[in-house]
Amino acid sequence: MDVNKNSYTFTFAAVMVIVVAAVLSFAATSLKEKQDNNIRLEKMQNILSSINVDVERDGAEAVYTDYIKKELVVNNFQPVEGIAAFDIELSKEVVKEPSKRNAPLYIAEKEGKTYFILPLRGKGLWGPIWGYISLERNASTIYGATFDHKSETPGLGAEIKTDPFTSLFPDKEVLNKSGEFTGITVMKGNASGPHEVNGISGGTITSVGVQDMIQDCMKAYIPFLKNYEASNTASANSGNSNPIASID
Amino acid sequence: MAEVQEVKKQAKEREALFSKKNRKLISDPLNDSNPITVQVLGICSALAITVKLYPALVMSISVLFVLSAGNVIISLMRNYIPNRIRIIVQLVVVASLVILVDQVLKAYVYDVSKELSVFVGLIITNCIIMGRFEAFALANTPWKSFLDGLGNAFGYAWILLAVAFFRELLGSGQLFGYQVVPKSWYLTEGGVYSDNGLMLLPPMALITVGIIIWVQRSKNTALIEED
Repeated sequence: MDVNKNSYTFTFAAVMVIVVAAVLSFAATSLKEKQDNNIRLEKMQNILSSINVDVERDGAEAVYTDYIKKELVVNNFQPVEGIAAFDIELSKEVVKEPSKRNAPLYIAEKEGKTYFILPLRGKGLWGPIWGYISLERNASTIYGATFDHKSETPGLGAEIKTDPFTSLFPDKEVLNKSGEFTGITVMKGNASGPHEVNGISGGTITSVGVQDMIQDCMKAYIPFLKNYEASNTASANSGNSNPIASID
Repeated sequence: MAEVQEVKKQAKEREALFSKKNRKLISDPLNDSNPITVQVLGICSALAITVKLYPALVMSISVLFVLSAGNVIISLMRNYIPNRIRIIVQLVVVASLVILVDQVLKAYVYDVSKELSVFVGLIITNCIIMGRFEAFALANTPWKSFLDGLGNAFGYAWILLAVAFFRELLGSGQLFGYQVVPKSWYLTEGGVYSDNGLMLLPPMALITVGIIIWVQRSKNTALIEED
């Protein structure tokens, strides 16, 4: 058989393409369910780790339902009905104006205290970065934070997902004394004060990406969280229920 | 009777699985024909992923799999591949193997796949793999190609790990993510030591590879070219 004939070359190429396509699509479709489940469990793990609860991936689902009491969607600083918060693709929401987003919000209860968990998504140096940040009931004090990235440089920008960086966030404030939203500024060393953390040396662009991501994503929530807090405190004091408090 | 003798003779002539020649296929790429330090292939990934040991190890293992499996597949098909499209066929084999590996990892060892995902593209474009397909697998039997793949992947792996070892140790004071330089040595803790941030940047990887080549050539003078 002459393997260098034109007809043979064409046939070989055609058969090869079909075989490869079949093998790959079979692998992709038969493994998809397992892969999606991994991604879902990982998301639960990340949400939990923002309130400093560490779980193995296999046990994430049970622990998640234990801690997360409510999932809701905030649009234009009002709760929206009929959308599953967990299934929202944040990448499609963050391109809109903050007030026009369907912004998912998770409300957790841990040791008798309530925490707001806000998902974040922004840009790093090479690709998207994302994370979850949890706020205490006053909507200002950070309780915990977790970040992740798609393709930041190992040893530099990729360090945002490590403890030395995320542990800088707890106890920082995102509101100033008069209650205005300030976000968190990532500094080049010498961070002081309640609104500043130190960035990663050699990972400046990624660090600033984290700062911008917090600034941008939190805007969609802060007025709602402040009202949520105020209304709930008020209702607790007076015993009245109002429309917003009723979602608690 | 004559037939039996004939069969025996043939069996004798067939090479043993681990004959001296076959063992050389594995040992040569570790030193005399190392893909990185002697053939200077695969340098791009040696620079990109040697900041820490763990990604370097994951990369080495995946290259080991793709290279040895790919070599066997190409070698099995070597008599059927049309000469004019052989590079395309090789590329298709590498790319499909990498995608297949990535899909399986995503489903069963999700954490490793997250570590690897960035480097998938780098495996496909790794010149060592195409180089071995073209130079070896197309002209040799599957078993030999398999050994050649293993040898070259090990040759690649040990350089990668050696570079990553020095870069992680000197650049961040850690090995596999564990702190090995005592915290109390650091300037910030009142000591006299500081990590060398330059080690984390690609130029130092090139210099580290250069130093390894230098040491290797001074030990193994056969590698030095005549002027």
